[in-house]
Amino acid sequence: MPELNTSSLPDLIFSVLFFFMMVTSMREVTYKVRFDRPAGTQLEKLARKSCTSFIYIGRPTEQYAAVYGSGTRVQLNDDVADANAVYDHVMDDRNTMAESDKPFYTVSLKVDKDAPMGIITDVKQELRKAYALKIVYSAVKDKK
Amino acid sequence: MGKKKRKMPGLNTSSTADISFMLLIFFLVTTSMDTDQGLSRTLPKPPEEEDLNKEIKVKERNCLRIRMNKDNEIMVGDLFTITPRYDRDGTLKIDPEDAKLFMAATEQFIANKENSPKLPELIVKNVKLLGQMPVTKNHVISVQTDRGTSYGIYFQVQDILVHAYNNLRDELGKEKFGYKYEFLTKEQQSAIREVYPQKISEAEPKQYGKPI
Repeated sequence: MPELNTSSLPDLIFSVLFFFMMVTSMREVTYKVRFDRPAGTQLEKLARKSCTSFIYIGRPTEQYAAVYGSGTRVQLNDDVADANAVYDHVMDDRNTMAESDKPFYTVSLKVDKDAPMGIITDVKQELRKAYALKIVYSAVKDKK
Repeated sequence: MGKKKRKMPGLNTSSTADISFMLLIFFLVTTSMDTDQGLSRTLPKPPEEEDLNKEIKVKERNCLRIRMNKDNEIMVGDLFTITPRYDRDGTLKIDPEDAKLFMAATEQFIANKENSPKLPELIVKNVKLLGQMPVTKNHVISVQTDRGTSYGIYFQVQDILVHAYNNLRDELGKEKFGYKYEFLTKEQQSAIREVYPQKISEAEPKQYGKPI
């Protein structure tokens, strides 16, 4: 019996590999704030990840506490900022998006459960100003 | 010396497949496929100049006010107050018994099945597939927080409110179509949504004293 020719196998696998590299996204940001999300029971799945931008709110991790202090801060991409930077961030993010995706633009708020509502209210007011009206309060499933 | 052209041996490539398999598996493991979960909300449009002056009047009976203070105490309308406590993991939590009470009160408010004059007015509405239905069309649940309220508690309140709506929708779905809300067709779901529209309002922030 002749041996099976496997010389094209690496090429095959490589193309699968490249496909995966294109399709999936690596985690883009390093978390500089700690956000321990609240647990909920009535959660919905986020439909389109490509039209979503994320805002992280919490206290800076130990590593960054020296730079950013220990108060609750807002992280936008890789920068730790204040609530008033949200407007520009959202505008920039939405402008880089494809025109067909813009109506589905959603902002996912990943907020620490001990954060005070004041800063969240400020962020929400900024979002309203930027007409980014669809938001998701990100949470983890309550295990029961 | 006769120089003989030697044939170059082929490079052994049988392990390339294994190497690329390794890479593939590495990528599969490290990339995130997990989908984000949460409660979705739509924020109101930013207020225009002229809107700020005129306040929208909501009849007292149509409004359920939920207030939270900086000590995370929750006041549900003028019915009762809830004080969340820390559980063993150190998270602030609404007691399950209180949550049940809160949910029942919310459901009663949204549905107003007894047509009580203190609860939202019932307006008969023609709903597709369901016919004439009394609907508490103008009800609003308003959530007011202090700047110092903890987000964890705010989220739990939101979760309970959504749970109350989902319970009512499931109930109506079972009664009219024989299935829970999530198993119904798109048309049936929108009919039920018309009977129990989700109306949770985020109150315009008010500043009490200095911001924190």
